[in-house]
Amino acid sequence: MFAGENGLQGDPRLKAISDAIRVVPHFPKPGIMFQDITTLLLDHKAFKDTVDIFVDRYRDMDISVVAGVEARGFLFGPSIALAIGAKFVPLRKPKKLPGEVISEKYVLEYGNDCLEMHVGDVNHGERAIIIDDLVATGGTLSAAITLLERVGAEVVECACVIGLPEFKGKCRLNGKPLYILVEPRQ
Amino acid sequence: MLQSLLLRASNSISLPLPNRHQLSPSPKPLSAWIDAAPSAGQSPSNYRSALPSLRCTAAGGGSELQPLQNQGMAAQDEKDPRIARISSSIRIIPDFPKKGILFQDITTLLLDTKAFKDTIDLFVDRYKGKNISVVAGIEARGFIFGPPIALAIGAKFVPLRKPKKLPGEVISEEYSLEYGKDVIEMHVGAVQAGERALVIDDLIATGGTLCAAIRLLERVGVHVVECACVIELPELKGRERLEDKPLFVLISG
Repeated sequence: MFAGENGLQGDPRLKAISDAIRVVPHFPKPGIMFQDITTLLLDHKAFKDTVDIFVDRYRDMDISVVAGVEARGFLFGPSIALAIGAKFVPLRKPKKLPGEVISEKYVLEYGNDCLEMHVGDVNHGERAIIIDDLVATGGTLSAAITLLERVGAEVVECACVIGLPEFKGKCRLNGKPLYILVEPRQ
Repeated sequence: MLQSLLLRASNSISLPLPNRHQLSPSPKPLSAWIDAAPSAGQSPSNYRSALPSLRCTAAGGGSELQPLQNQGMAAQDEKDPRIARISSSIRIIPDFPKKGILFQDITTLLLDTKAFKDTIDLFVDRYKGKNISVVAGIEARGFIFGPPIALAIGAKFVPLRKPKKLPGEVISEEYSLEYGKDVIEMHVGAVQAGERALVIDDLIATGGTLCAAIRLLERVGVHVVECACVIELPELKGRERLEDKPLFVLISG
């Protein structure tokens, strides 16, 4: 679901957040309109509002884990975790995490990729949210959901700053709700 | 829409901290890792010994921030209970990324909500009200600590990244590793001349990456007020490599 259709209708913060995101055409390849959130991070108020919207949503939902997908999930997840009193769990590409890990493969347009989490970071029964900057195909987030569920965590929701319009309404990913702030800009 | 991510290992080593996670019986001599060749596929990183390199910074001057008892250390270090808890929450992983290296794993710090909050608070207390408008964080672990600090002190956050990650026009800074070179990049226009900046990373080893970050910012006229890290490995002399650029760390050793 989108924030603007669920509780934050007409909230001016959402427009400011959207406006702060830069579109870079043809990156990483021709035809792709890349949604660059680095400009959002330069706008202190918009960045703070982004974090605050997620914090307001999750603060009273008894969340003990905020899992962030490398690397842009790291930009948003820790601030949210700190504000709601949850731990931050980085989900990383292979061979980055130094300790014992569990891995989950996922499919890309061309080939596969893999996401890893440290064993012991998350305990059975913990309530978790997953953060990334953007959801497109949902492949990475699906792998993240699976990783957390494999250790017995309950994934309460996936949260993204940007999401494709097909995630409007009650659309779910692997049965999990999505919460998205803005659509991609052209 | 697909966004490709090109990620490389960026790791560091340490001699053991006195904490309960220490597994190795005794520290390896520095020569054990200085002479080791990088393994295939690994990017030699900032744990290498300092090499003759570009001047770290053109700017002179000492720290304008409050002088501390121990140069560049959290003033309360041995006595502040926050520091002890932060230190003990960091896990040491032996033989990562390769044999002989004791890796300082801050992910366990992130699981301790009080220790993580205290870490951020210690930096925020030092930098708020000092007219700092830029917090630059080095990919990827600098992305974990930098944004909360930036948000709390009213600064913008600027990610400094490996090549080809940033989508817009970038400026690049090359730096030397023991074997070969690496590159760090920043978006053009992210910062303006005259802005006051911090550079944040989880750990300083040889200081090569931090030096490159400082040069990148200074090339566009930014004044780097201080570098801030959770952990310093003093034997690797990163502080010396930063020359006259101040360094503030929470944990040293």
